[in-house]
Amino acid sequence: MTEQPPNQIRDAIAQAIGENPVILFMKGTPEQPACGFSARTVAALQSLGAPFAAVDILPDPRIRQELSALSQWPTIPQLFVNGELVGGADIVAEMYESGELAETLGVEPSEAPPVEEPVVGARPMGIENRLS
Amino acid sequence: MPTADDVKARIEANIPGATADVQSPDNVHFSARVVAEAFAGLSRIQQHRLVYAAFEGELGGEIHALQLKTETP
Repeated sequence: MTEQPPNQIRDAIAQAIGENPVILFMKGTPEQPACGFSARTVAALQSLGAPFAAVDILPDPRIRQELSALSQWPTIPQLFVNGELVGGADIVAEMYESGELAETLGVEPSEAPPVEEPVVGARPMGIENRLS
Repeated sequence: MPTADDVKARIEANIPGATADVQSPDNVHFSARVVAEAFAGLSRIQQHRLVYAAFEGELGGEIHALQLKTETP
């Protein structure tokens, strides 16, 4: 994996974004977020019951570099829906509260505040595992 | 290490007409509310990108986090 040139990482990221209608790039996993901003974003998605793919960017610093180069967005987390960057933690939180997130995801708005409990079905996906 | 005032000045210098209200408990994590006419007609993503552009390469580094809320006047 260490011999992978960066553009292959970028291709793998682009492919993951293309293959998953809802995909979250985050620090840690939905079960164990490694950053409060990632945790908040996961909680918003989970409280809407929307299935999503998740990629932990921490195992290899190049994932973050290439993701930010691709998305032109400097921070983590990053939520993509249907191939488009929706936003980071702040935008997702704003959209959650206004009901726009549910609309974007095509689910019913949740009346409860975001919950911290993990939801079955949100499995982490390791980009690094796809690069061997 | 940048202070909240530094971050406010950077944002206001980079976005003409912008007013930024910036808080930081530790000069590493920042929270900013930015009001600018320049945001009119832009998506939230584009509005945040305008602000991020003032901090080329520093977000995630010296500035660990910049919590952002953007509005038009």
